[in-house]
Amino acid sequence: MTSQTSAGYEKYYVPEKSPLAICATIGLILSIFGAASIMNDMTFGEPGQATSSWTIFYLGLMFFVGTLFVWFRTTIRENIAGMNSAQLKKSYVLGMFWFIFSEVMFFFCFFGALFYVRVLVGPWLAGEGEGGRMNGLLWEGFSFSWPLVQTPQEAVGGAGAQLIANNGSFTGAETSMAFRDAHAWWAWLPLWNTIVLLSSSFTCHLAHVGILNGNRKKFNFWLAVTVLLGIIFLCLQALEYYEAYAEFGLTLNAGIYGSTFFMLTGFHGFHVAMGMTMLLIQLLRSVLGGQFTAKDHFGFEASSWYWHFVDVVWVFLFLFVYIL
Amino acid sequence: MGDHHHGPAKGLSRWLFTTNHKDIGTMYLWFSFAMFILGGAFAMIIRAELFQPGLQLVEPAFFNQMTTMHGLVMVFGAIMPSFVGLANWLIPMMIGAPDMALPRMNNWSFWILPPTFLLLASTLFMEGGAPAAGWTFYAPLSTTYAAPSVTYFIFCVHVLGLSSIMGSINIIATVMNMRAPGMTYMKMPLFVWTWLITAFLLVAVMPVLAGAVTMMLMDVHFGTSFFSAAGGGDPVLFQHVFWFFGHPEVYIIILPAFGVVSQIIPAFSRKPLFGYDSMVYATASIAFLSFIVWAHHMFTVGMPVAGELFFMYATMLIAVPTGVKVFNWVTTMWRGSLSFETPMLFSIGFLVLFTIGGFTGLMLSIAPADFQYHDSYFVVAHFHYVMVAGAVFSMSAAVYFWLPKWCGRMYNETMGKTHFWISFIGFNLAFFPQHFVGLAGMPRRIPDYALQFADFNMMSSIGAFIYGLSQILFLYNVIATIVAGKRVSEPKVWDGAEGLEWTIPTPAPYHTFEVPPAVK
Repeated sequence: MTSQTSAGYEKYYVPEKSPLAICATIGLILSIFGAASIMNDMTFGEPGQATSSWTIFYLGLMFFVGTLFVWFRTTIRENIAGMNSAQLKKSYVLGMFWFIFSEVMFFFCFFGALFYVRVLVGPWLAGEGEGGRMNGLLWEGFSFSWPLVQTPQEAVGGAGAQLIANNGSFTGAETSMAFRDAHAWWAWLPLWNTIVLLSSSFTCHLAHVGILNGNRKKFNFWLAVTVLLGIIFLCLQALEYYEAYAEFGLTLNAGIYGSTFFMLTGFHGFHVAMGMTMLLIQLLRSVLGGQFTAKDHFGFEASSWYWHFVDVVWVFLFLFVYIL
Repeated sequence: MGDHHHGPAKGLSRWLFTTNHKDIGTMYLWFSFAMFILGGAFAMIIRAELFQPGLQLVEPAFFNQMTTMHGLVMVFGAIMPSFVGLANWLIPMMIGAPDMALPRMNNWSFWILPPTFLLLASTLFMEGGAPAAGWTFYAPLSTTYAAPSVTYFIFCVHVLGLSSIMGSINIIATVMNMRAPGMTYMKMPLFVWTWLITAFLLVAVMPVLAGAVTMMLMDVHFGTSFFSAAGGGDPVLFQHVFWFFGHPEVYIIILPAFGVVSQIIPAFSRKPLFGYDSMVYATASIAFLSFIVWAHHMFTVGMPVAGELFFMYATMLIAVPTGVKVFNWVTTMWRGSLSFETPMLFSIGFLVLFTIGGFTGLMLSIAPADFQYHDSYFVVAHFHYVMVAGAVFSMSAAVYFWLPKWCGRMYNETMGKTHFWISFIGFNLAFFPQHFVGLAGMPRRIPDYALQFADFNMMSSIGAFIYGLSQILFLYNVIATIVAGKRVSEPKVWDGAEGLEWTIPTPAPYHTFEVPPAVK
């Protein structure tokens, strides 16, 4: 229902009042309250004490995800019903663009932390430069190299021996994730992860070409391949985490190397999971609902931008977390 | 989809389910005022404790919770949402758009706030009390030594960030996509420009704050060592990440205030804004510089000299575009036919007091001098001159200026002027002496002080109580206007006001510019 007014002006669709925002808020607040309570039970609570934290969290999350489902379904139906003017569609494009920009800044924060630690903090703790006095006073014997396998705490003889307040026990990893053995390069998981994710960006583009040409079969095929590659990536990542914990002693407690490693790869993996879910939903929309045309397929396009974005983040991760 | 020409729905569902930018703007404004009162109540407790030396009213631990909650509630609950409320009301009316670009998301951005602040305020009653590490929540105070309530605080910050990012994306999409034909970027009212740039800053730095609190969360609960040197991390890393968010954040607060004043001063000078283009470029320059000056908040933390010098000079550079703005406002008034209604009084109050705050900022930017000023009441005085006399004064000005357009009734001018003068006197009495005690060495965030600071602190407290009470008058004036103010019906409520919002009927109809106006 595109209502034309004077002089070719298309009316901007302002939706009627809607309970979606309130429902999403209720779900969101319950989820964060539950999540925070779960963590507090874990860290500060009595072991074995029964709490309702998980129940609140699950209830909130279900309500939240359910609301988002209805919300997206509503916008999709409005679009199919022809309510969206070209101008409104541009608002969605802008919305997605700036959302991805905010995600870029989120990763920028963790990369910034990584560079700060590697370039400045590490050498200072080891006695270099203007921050170096701390080494003699607090962390005598600590020397810095990246990946950091011996934490300052270990260098002075453990948590009990350090001079500043003890806030945890940090035992460095036995083995880092860095490239190790040129003869067994094929056993290095990050390489396979890179290959899988980069090719998935390519197949995602092929799917886009397919829908642009109106070739639904091609679109569905390449999109399914992309989703599959996303799942393979996540499985490899899970395998890598297992390896890190079980064989390398690389854990969240392994000092700053483990902290940055899991933070960066963990949030990246979470974003891959999100992007994969988004693409999967687009695939189901196409396969089950026959949605998307050569000219109108923004749901897919937005998801594909997101996918390319997580791919680019991976390239930086591969460089700065695994290789350099 | 029904007919768009009807008025608002009846009852509570109008507010809960609305997609109307004016309703959402109104909710933001009322919510922010409620938070202003709450944060103000915390401030009153602080000032009551500091009325005399010694410990009278509260425990030191509770005092820390008060300073922390006062800052958090005022920054994230009062000032930021108040300007988002203004943006919601005014941007569509100023650029000739029918509504915000993404109306349902707009409602969500608002409704996240009240339950989140309820959760944040409830931490006061939790075991161990509310967060107490200051509104800047430096590690390890906010990690190793924090009460368990910090976990709830962290998640509150996450969703507040979500709300800000969605609100900002909405504003950017509205400004970039919804301008009426002929409304080119360089014809937009300055308030719209400042908000466009503010929204960009928000989208850029709120995720960084989310990253900072996420690292805190991991350190508290999952054994990571981002902010712990024992594991190879660094507590100073927290300060860098926080201030990479925090410095743009102070411009997020003040840029919309610049926009408001840039609308009001020309209206009551009956002259166009002097140097419109330079105002736009100055705003953009300030936004750019805000990304490369963050470490001037941490000169004393132990940084290489090269770093201190870089951040010192970069900070001083900000004085240039800010000076451009101040001179432009003054020049706008030069030889204008001035009149001094309440909005103009607040704007001139803003201009004078903000400039004082700017100059003390310049003093603080000098790294060697900052070693003396750091963490003293001088800093407290400085940022209250820019936050209160800057942002809050301009917000008061904005309410008096646009209230007649919003509700079709004129406020009581005498009461408005009384509000201004009491605020002005109370504010200066509260914060001017803090410069002196700060320079003499009184540290901030401490519930007790040495005897020689007693007189100035008593003055400060009295001033704060006066300023606090004057806000009750403000509230009364606004309610009295909405309920029984003198009706106004001419579109142009102020004879000198320019802009599309003054071309529509007064009070502004529920839906405006459903067909975009042509802008010449």
